[in-house]
Amino acid sequence: MSVTVRVPPVFRTMTGGQSQVTVEGATVGGVLDALDGAHPGFKDKLLDDEGKLVRYVNLFVDDDDVRFLDGLATPVPDGGTLSIMQAVAGG
Amino acid sequence: MASFRELLAKTKEQIREVDTATADDLRRQPGSVVLDVREADEYEQGAIPGAVHIPRGTLESTIENRIPDRDALVLVQCAGGVRSAFAAKTLEELGYTNVVSMAGGFNRWKDEGRDWAMPRTLSPEQRNRYKRHLLLPEVGEEGQLKLLDAKVLLLGAGGLGSPAALYLAAAGVGTIGIIDMDVVDESNLQRQILHNVDRVGDRKVDSAKKTLTLLNPDVNVVTHDTRLGADNVVELLGQYDIVVDGADNFPSRYLLNDASLKTGTPVVHGSIFRFEGQVTVFRPHDGPCYRCFLPEPPPPELAPSCAEAGVLGVLPGIVGSIQALEAIKLILGLGDSLSGRLMAYDALEQSFRTYRINRDPGCQACSVDPAGLVIAEYDEHCMPHPIQAPVA
Repeated sequence: MSVTVRVPPVFRTMTGGQSQVTVEGATVGGVLDALDGAHPGFKDKLLDDEGKLVRYVNLFVDDDDVRFLDGLATPVPDGGTLSIMQAVAGG
Repeated sequence: MASFRELLAKTKEQIREVDTATADDLRRQPGSVVLDVREADEYEQGAIPGAVHIPRGTLESTIENRIPDRDALVLVQCAGGVRSAFAAKTLEELGYTNVVSMAGGFNRWKDEGRDWAMPRTLSPEQRNRYKRHLLLPEVGEEGQLKLLDAKVLLLGAGGLGSPAALYLAAAGVGTIGIIDMDVVDESNLQRQILHNVDRVGDRKVDSAKKTLTLLNPDVNVVTHDTRLGADNVVELLGQYDIVVDGADNFPSRYLLNDASLKTGTPVVHGSIFRFEGQVTVFRPHDGPCYRCFLPEPPPPELAPSCAEAGVLGVLPGIVGSIQALEAIKLILGLGDSLSGRLMAYDALEQSFRTYRINRDPGCQACSVDPAGLVIAEYDEHCMPHPIQAPVA
């Protein structure tokens, strides 16, 4: 189950500058485990102390926000894309 | 070969004609359209209020854009009922199913004391200035008048506000309000294209007004040299049709969101950071709001401002221009707005991607009665204020 993870510029220090990386995983949680294994630091940024998704980052499986699906349990299809979107406020 | 009289008689047999009294009833039916096919100089002397004006000479080429519904009741009129008869036949040939021609035309209508008005039209200077808009059937004179009537508030005359204000002013948005309490600093000029070296030290709103007025004297630029706060946000929004959000911090964006839910004002949101930008449209209670999209702001240590972390100079030009475009689309009712969609721009990868954003039925801002929303200053955590108990 190969999944493409899209990494926003603010998090690219963790991927050596790569805008997307490929990891294995069948759910959002599984993908994040694999992502953090390959590029440590993501879980620290994306999960709170209780292991839940922080509310200021949006994760999209393909086009859909996982907060409106099953959160970390949301399935990610083989060949699908998980996009990480941190809110920014500059103007 | 048919004479004019024979041709007219034959045409009238093939169409439906109504008298002015019937026409006056029909035009009040929901979905009906009055189509005035006279020449511009006749139309400008007086017309039936709300009529769509297409001179007969351009009828075939423009009707589909101006009246796309072929089943709409189209009430065609000219000055005396001759041109409208021929126009009605043409419309039927084009597949319009419910067309009538008004016998006696506008002259009889006016003589009978029925409702008419001097249509608002563009001046010759405006016709020239906005020519490229007028050539677009989707905008046209009617759309340009809508733009001239529109009132848009820009939150910030900085990176995003600069290109947005320039394009809105150039497009002829008639009233542009700008709220900003800063003064122009040299470090702004790398991206804030409203300002220049002569204005360093000037209030940004004054600098903006000078630039925009030089670009388009049609535009009334209203300056608000103040900080957006809980004490003024609702009153300010009430004066405008649309807000373009180019704020540079989370608390202002949450404050704007709450107030927009009270006033029903659509917010065209843009935000930037270093090399990335996000744009969307929040239509109060008709799509997600800012808090549906982002229930909480990131902690300050994870979200440094552009002043701390930098921003590539061209980036706000792209994002702010898209905001101006979305505002214009809202004014004209054109195309699909970004409501419910987040457009993310990545300048390094040079890509735009669009994601679906949803209205949260449990949203602490837009799922509650707007009358009960408390408008108060936010700290860095921007947590919703407790809801006021409804007044008994």
